[in-house]
Amino acid sequence: MTLILRLVNAAGLLLLVLIFAMPFVWMLSTSLKTLPETMIFPPEWIPRHPVWKNYIDAWNTGPFLHYIMNSVIISVSILVLQMLTIIPASYAFARYKFAGSGFLFGVVMVTLMIPEQLIFLPVYLELSTFKLLNTHLGLILPFASSAFGIFLLRQAFRQISDELLEAARLDQAKEWKIIVRIMVPMVKPVLVTFALFSFIAHWNDYFWPLVMTTNDVARTLPIGIAKIREVEGVGTWNILMAGNLILVAPILAVFSLSQRHIIKAFVYNGVK
Amino acid sequence: MTLWHKLRPYSMVAPAIIVFSVFFIYPIFYMIYLSFFDWNFVSPTKSFVGIQNFVDLLTEPEFRQVLSNTTLYTILTVTLTTGLSLLLALWLNRGNFFYGIVQGAIFSPHIISLVSISLLWSWIMDPEYGLLNWVIGLFGFGKLQWLAHPSTSLISLVIVAVWKGIGYNTLVFIAGLQSIPADIYEAASLDRSRPWTTFTKLILPMLSPTIFFLVIINMIGSFQVFETIAIMTQGGPVNSTNTLVYYIYQYGFRFFKIGYASAAGVILLVIVGILTIIYFKLLSNRVHYR
Repeated sequence: MTLILRLVNAAGLLLLVLIFAMPFVWMLSTSLKTLPETMIFPPEWIPRHPVWKNYIDAWNTGPFLHYIMNSVIISVSILVLQMLTIIPASYAFARYKFAGSGFLFGVVMVTLMIPEQLIFLPVYLELSTFKLLNTHLGLILPFASSAFGIFLLRQAFRQISDELLEAARLDQAKEWKIIVRIMVPMVKPVLVTFALFSFIAHWNDYFWPLVMTTNDVARTLPIGIAKIREVEGVGTWNILMAGNLILVAPILAVFSLSQRHIIKAFVYNGVK
Repeated sequence: MTLWHKLRPYSMVAPAIIVFSVFFIYPIFYMIYLSFFDWNFVSPTKSFVGIQNFVDLLTEPEFRQVLSNTTLYTILTVTLTTGLSLLLALWLNRGNFFYGIVQGAIFSPHIISLVSISLLWSWIMDPEYGLLNWVIGLFGFGKLQWLAHPSTSLISLVIVAVWKGIGYNTLVFIAGLQSIPADIYEAASLDRSRPWTTFTKLILPMLSPTIFFLVIINMIGSFQVFETIAIMTQGGPVNSTNTLVYYIYQYGFRFFKIGYASAAGVILLVIVGILTIIYFKLLSNRVHYR
């Protein structure tokens, strides 16, 4: 490659990074500005006197410790329940022949195709009959299993060689012991992938908590952040961006530390 | 084989199947059932109205606009995301450290909550003091209204969706490119095949399963768009960004017209179902499988 081409290429790469990083830098910059400073045009990147109090103001718009606790309880409970339901199901689909397995797997595939945004209204009515609106359970139970997880894990269980299973069976090991001690450890990378995927999805979720809650009892962090605008008023971008950073920073920090692994988990396993 | 051996697989799939039945399969039928009724959620009686809800919906100009908004949003988002990602993948498909950083940067929005992204972009697209108007000002353009004007509001949402989705799509394409055996490229370069020919005759067919996968994933994602609309535009201005899920949400939770909202849900169900079938039928013949 000639020097000019290399320079053009490098400039292009830099531009690409800017397009994706600039919004986050802009968010950080705004979060430290005074309100009048946000109304300067053309915008200035460096706040003159960083206003750390914006973060306190954002935090004080609602019970944020409570929101964070709710987010943790709900995301972790969903993850644990999903593990308990998808491991046995995907193992049975991968390893046993039984009447009706095709039909039951069909049910799983239909579920995979149906976005929850399509059926939230009947589920809302259902949860209201069970008296589960505004409860943690109401936000957890609909996600107690995952069609995507079963799909992913079934592929992994299928790839384990029959010889290994036979050898274990010859040793007179109990089936559940074989599953727990031998099979599950062998699909650990897929389980970790799924765990990451599930946790981030439910940590970030806004739709379900918004639809299923009318008070703060079970509300999660994304709802709290979105509500800052109602409390502080439209146009207080500095407070809003400070609150937004509370939501974004942990994820971005974890991502920058283990970028390769997270990308691999999200991208490569899903394709194969 | 003992009875337990026969029952064991069923007991293993039962918990998952029960969850799916209660929270996915049954609600679908319940929604179809509700779509034939007039019901406001509070009153104890539901009155049967037959297909009246569907007739009302399809003759309602507002709903027709919602349908066309959703379709336009989906077409624009899917083609732009998939097309640009393919180009980026061809460019960024190197193992080098710097390319790794660029890949990480463009991927990062994928794991960020849509709430954050919506709030951030509402600020960036602020007509008076927003960053985006400053950027286009550098190229000599005047200030645009972005989300605040019906002529630009839908495309503004498309920009946000493409910005969020492009990194994931690019990395999936890169994974696809890397699964093409190296000797195929070597054979092509030995044959002195021109880059464009290599691309259309070789890379594109080999990538078609990936393209197929991404188009479907992106379409399903686009059809369920909600967060960006709820936070950035609330369906406005003048209904220009109202889409199916947001419309169902409005009628269900603001106006409590449960039957009407359910009918809209059934229409969304039918559209997603038809599209899935069309894609499987049409593309499965053309898609190149190894």
